[in-house]
Amino acid sequence: MSRAYVTGNHAAGHALAAAGEANRRARGCCGGAYPITPQTEIIEYLMAHAFARGSVVPVESEHSAMGVCIGAALAGARAFTASSANGLLYMMENVFAAGYYRLPVVMVVSNRTLGPPWNIWADQGDSLALRDAPWLQFYCDSHQDLVDTILVAFRIAEDLRVLLPAIVAQDGFLLSHTQMVVDLPEQELVDGYLPPLDLPHHLDFGRPRMYGGMTWPRDTQRQRADIQAAMDRVPEVLDEALDDFERSFGRRPVSAFSAEQTGDADIVVVACNTLAETAREVVRARRAAGERVGLVRVKLFRPFLRQALVDAVGPASRVAVLDRNHSPGSGGIFWNEIATSLRSRPDVVLQDYIVGLGGSDVAPAVIDGIIRDVGTRDTAADPIFITEAVA
Amino acid sequence: MNVTGVEEEVHSHTEHALWRAGNGACAGCGMSLGLQWVDQALDGEKPTMVVPACCAVVTPGSYPTTAFGVPAVATTFASSPSVATGVSRVRQMNGEDIPTICWAGDGGTYDIGLATISGAAERNEDIIYICYDNEIYGNTGGQRSSATLPGARTSTTPAGKHEPKKDIMAVLVAHRIPYAATLSLAHRDDFLRKIRVARRLRGFRFMVMLSPCPAGWKSDPAEGIDLVRAAVGCGLFPLYEVFDGRRYRINARPDGTALEDYLSRQGRFRTPSFDHAATRAAIAEQWAYLDAMEAAFPAGPREGSDVPAAPPPPPIAPEANGPVTGP
Ligand SMILES: Cc1ncc(C[n+]2csc(CCOP(=O)(O)OP(=O)(O)O)c2C)c(N)n1
Ligand code: SF4
Ligand SMILES: [Mg+2]
Repeated sequence: MSRAYVTGNHAAGHALAAAGEANRRARGCCGGAYPITPQTEIIEYLMAHAFARGSVVPVESEHSAMGVCIGAALAGARAFTASSANGLLYMMENVFAAGYYRLPVVMVVSNRTLGPPWNIWADQGDSLALRDAPWLQFYCDSHQDLVDTILVAFRIAEDLRVLLPAIVAQDGFLLSHTQMVVDLPEQELVDGYLPPLDLPHHLDFGRPRMYGGMTWPRDTQRQRADIQAAMDRVPEVLDEALDDFERSFGRRPVSAFSAEQTGDADIVVVACNTLAETAREVVRARRAAGERVGLVRVKLFRPFLRQALVDAVGPASRVAVLDRNHSPGSGGIFWNEIATSLRSRPDVVLQDYIVGLGGSDVAPAVIDGIIRDVGTRDTAADPIFITEAVA
Repeated sequence: MNVTGVEEEVHSHTEHALWRAGNGACAGCGMSLGLQWVDQALDGEKPTMVVPACCAVVTPGSYPTTAFGVPAVATTFASSPSVATGVSRVRQMNGEDIPTICWAGDGGTYDIGLATISGAAERNEDIIYICYDNEIYGNTGGQRSSATLPGARTSTTPAGKHEPKKDIMAVLVAHRIPYAATLSLAHRDDFLRKIRVARRLRGFRFMVMLSPCPAGWKSDPAEGIDLVRAAVGCGLFPLYEVFDGRRYRINARPDGTALEDYLSRQGRFRTPSFDHAATRAAIAEQWAYLDAMEAAFPAGPREGSDVPAAPPPPPIAPEANGPVTGP
């Protein structure tokens, strides 16, 4: 391990490059690169990297960046890219396509507010807008988590039981542009962890096939059911990937959720990314003051493991969801998922708080106020907007 | 009309032909014939086809069958050059010399895919890009594209289109790509030669083929080849090629065919807004431009030969090497 004091984007660039390099023993790696704040340093890192067998293409748009990933993956290469915000929406058509082709592309997202109005700060509405795409989605809360999860994501995405692309997200600026000391895994270890990619349906002249041609409804239904079945196999594959990760690197990244002090909690806060980091501090302080408060950090958003979420929440009777995103006319996107998961717990008061939109600061005092608020509720209200001015 | 010859017909029906029998293209579809000629020009070599949404995605048939006898990727509408970039880069880094061919309609080329093709051309990706230009969105039932001729009726220009046809060759030539050429289904030797020339070159090679579309042109399916011959003969569709975006060669000059000969056999031009004088003026202007470019920047004598230059230079049949002077 080499310990380095680097930004989230640098860490992500390192992990993508190491994963790509690991496939030099097979058909190499390839991806498309297009800049957008706050992920630009990732694609710059990749463009500067000298791959033994790899090619990163500085394309003219995000739509083409994913197009290159699709072509490269079909030709048998390990494929990756990175994007944010409007870049993701511009790419969206090919994001869905990559999943429908069942290509194990890995994309790092530095979460950023969708515009206009233009705003470069953290907001998870961009990657969450892709929630109905056939992609896995991981949300990371530290630089180390980001590096480790990128490697795990390739393992799972390329596993024949899954064969779906994966997004690994970090909060723009809050992680992408801050520095932490990180273990940047050496190439040898990554080589050991990521086997050479052998895509079963790569372009093959011995077996000419048409990829993505016309289908009738019945075959499309089957394709969608296959994708759901692949999603359903993610938990077992994830467990194995984490076991193996621990053996290779000596540490174990968080799985789908982390349950922190929820075993005896009355109130549980559910949060992800750096919101969970801040919430963790608040929960610790509350605990120190003798209150039974816990935290569930959401790491894996797609597939959303409903029973695992219920288990993580534990016996609490009040749950506060922090959503740094907003689905107009509905509410928080995490809240919607959690509400569906907690159908079996009608006793729980589940309250949604929409916080930190457009990158506005979510200070510990805000979360403190939320915990106080949910503690007073006997029934849930509609999602509550917390604005910086009010907080 | 037998335009391909018996040998080629047998070839096109073999299981591993690029474009096999049993496809669902309309009778008289130019795209269908064009694909078979590409196959013949490649002399048995099998390319990877990258095809955006267009008739060439629908007509191969539905899963689990396909008329493509080689690997074919159906991409999103604007993406054939970017997907082909990925395919071709990976092939190159693995030392594989297999042509990657984009086969796209005018909608995917002139309109929605223009930024993507410009990007791939500017990067000089190792791709052969062929646009079959039927001057209409055939697949969605016949709407205008920026390749539609002014005055032509489409479902979105019911009274005839107002705007001129985009000069896609000029757009691509301006990228200074190694090779750009127009393809005619009425000039088979010229067609096959150009595909072979493109195959031997490296980098981004662009070709545009005028593609009869009886459904969109409101024309007799049996007349497609004749219509293309008339389009070339009257000067509306010039046959030429440009090397490195700089050196021009005209392959066939107008032969006195009347413009009417082309227009009158297609229902799409029967609109009150069709302006014959303006069309003739546009043709004359186009030829003045091409003549001037060829005179000022002529292609070298050996450029465009479909026979490898060295070593040793084999004898070259004049009709295969020199300019084609009409059917
Ligand atoms: C993003 C997107 N917009 C629209 C369509 C619908 N669409 C499919 S093919 C097509 C027209 C294709 O026209 P062209 O490229 O000229 O090929 P042709 O159908 O004439 O063969 C359109 C509009 C689509 N598939 N994707
Ligand atoms: S609509 Fe036109 S281009 Fe499409 S298959 Fe029919 S003839 Fe060919
Ligand atoms: Mg068309």
